[in-house]
Amino acid sequence: MLTFTIRRLVLAIPTLMFISLVIFMLLQLAPGDPMAQVPLTVPPEVKQQMREALGLGAPVHVQYWKWLVQFFWIEPQVVIDHWFGTTFSEGKLRVISWQTRSPVMDIVIQRMPQTLWVVGMSYIVGILLALPIGIYSAYKQYSLFDQAGTFISMIGFSVPPFFSGVIVIVIFSVNLGWFPSIYDTTHVVTDWASFKVQLQQMIMPVMVLALQTTAQISRFMRASMLDNLNQDYVRTARAKGLKESAVVMVHVLRNSMIPIVTVIALGIPSIFGGAIITETLFKVNGIGQLLLTALFANDLPMVMTLTFIFAILIVAFNLIADVLYGLLDPRIRYD
Amino acid sequence: MTDQHVNAAAAEYELYGALKDKEPQKEPRSQWKDVWDQFRKHKGALIGGGFLLGITLFVLVGPWVWPVDPKQLDIRNKDLRPIYTLLWNQDANTLWSRPFGTDNLGRDIMATLIAGGRASLAVGWTAMILSLLIGTAVGVCSGYFKKLDGVLMRITDLFLSLPILPLLLVAVTLFRQPLRAAFGPEGGMFILIVGVIGITSWMPTARIVRGEILALKEREFILAARSIGTTPFQIIRRHLLPNVISPIMVSATLGLATAIITESALSFLGVGFPSDFPTWGKLLSDAVPRMEEFPERVMLPGILISVTVLSVNYLGDGLRDALDPRIRGR
Repeated sequence: MLTFTIRRLVLAIPTLMFISLVIFMLLQLAPGDPMAQVPLTVPPEVKQQMREALGLGAPVHVQYWKWLVQFFWIEPQVVIDHWFGTTFSEGKLRVISWQTRSPVMDIVIQRMPQTLWVVGMSYIVGILLALPIGIYSAYKQYSLFDQAGTFISMIGFSVPPFFSGVIVIVIFSVNLGWFPSIYDTTHVVTDWASFKVQLQQMIMPVMVLALQTTAQISRFMRASMLDNLNQDYVRTARAKGLKESAVVMVHVLRNSMIPIVTVIALGIPSIFGGAIITETLFKVNGIGQLLLTALFANDLPMVMTLTFIFAILIVAFNLIADVLYGLLDPRIRYD
Repeated sequence: MTDQHVNAAAAEYELYGALKDKEPQKEPRSQWKDVWDQFRKHKGALIGGGFLLGITLFVLVGPWVWPVDPKQLDIRNKDLRPIYTLLWNQDANTLWSRPFGTDNLGRDIMATLIAGGRASLAVGWTAMILSLLIGTAVGVCSGYFKKLDGVLMRITDLFLSLPILPLLLVAVTLFRQPLRAAFGPEGGMFILIVGVIGITSWMPTARIVRGEILALKEREFILAARSIGTTPFQIIRRHLLPNVISPIMVSATLGLATAIITESALSFLGVGFPSDFPTWGKLLSDAVPRMEEFPERVMLPGILISVTVLSVNYLGDGLRDALDPRIRGR
């Protein structure tokens, strides 16, 4: 297991390097000019100087190398400085956003809490809803509950968030007026009343995202439970007189959770990636919305860094899912 | 078969017993008849398939059934409500010649929905076919040719670890201008969106096909084919591809659903087709700012997208059951 993990970790490094190169080359083809917003009265030679100040004059491989150094060498130093109060990174150039002229990672850290709160919460809510639904509809296969659950999860699969989000806005914030349709990021939770406000503004985006998570995971859960319920060991457990609850909730559930845990792990990167559409719809200024605005503003360092962070997360959680699968299921042997 | 005939057959059966059948009891059945019988049992899949066929036909022949130009402005008759609003609001501003109303520039909503459906479904079908072609080619090559396997599967893993939606957005914003210049605003956008969806969604198909091919390759009939000197290309075409058609069909339905949703999402985020070229996603996102006054403009395209995707998903479910020989016959 350990050798497998180490081998995969070592293999992940060239994969990530290649992904970063692909993203970088893709962005190099961008036709947009970061100086497009500069007033026309600025003379061309000054514009050229500004362009060079952004690092655009250098050849492509130099730019790529500089980005690598900034991301893998200087940014970790900043983190270390922040934690231990050292001064490794003093005077070194970090990855700078072209929009705000401030370090990209600082903005990412500002935006992270909103995304984690809304998208992370919806993921947790979705899982908590999905597991019991999946378990019960597999146990009572073809019952009314199962039919309804399957139908609702099909709908959750099929209704895109930009439609379900619009529907809940129309129903709950326009017609009923229960929840605000815009997420107020500056809101600070200090007491019970402000916590209630926070809860109210979170409900709708969480609902929209949780519908999708629930639909996906409850389907997997149902299929996995069904696979296990017909196994011989279940009959044995019943035959030796175990209570039905012990059979289903201990024997079957534990075995059915093995693939589900990996499915859940594989979905985690999308939490950090933020739900671009849902965040845009509810005006949550999280990571997804940051990426979208950076794209429209031609802020290449920001886009590059964000996309690469997503790639790191995907690769990391793929690895975690594989390792977890091996750890949880002794029948799986990688070596 | 008449009753008499059945009775006669039954009597004959009793007379001779099971081992002395003179002729087969049932007519021979083909695989596809079995598949169809199993598929017919899945009500959802049948309705889904019917609906998908219906909506595809509707958007194809729609412009002849409803010959109103979706781009024609009719400023005097702008902001009409659909006629069904008359049921609860007698004073609603409606016109019988505009059954679903008109938008803020007086364009007929029925006609724009048909035109939007044409675009959305065209993108969906083309992108699905493209991703199937790439996926099947990669899967077959890496399953059949051992030398290519390592490289192709590494590439598949690489694509699977790319963050898809951000990259789609990047690609569309970056290549919009050059492609529009080369192929015109609509053609360029069509090629771009179909291309990026196809290129970023072939990986699951490739993996499934590779797995199937790896298992099939070791079977005796492939050995027999090779022993009589069939070339690899002929083996793939005659013996392997017909046997992997069922997983390909299932992933085709999934691909169609994701392609339609992705196109709508791109249009919704404002990086899709140009503003005067309607697609369902674009109609929906254009209607969002005034959805309090005109909820139908959001609901109609939204419902069309959702129901189409829902029916495709049900179709996929039914196909998976029907094409799986272990489930069939139950």
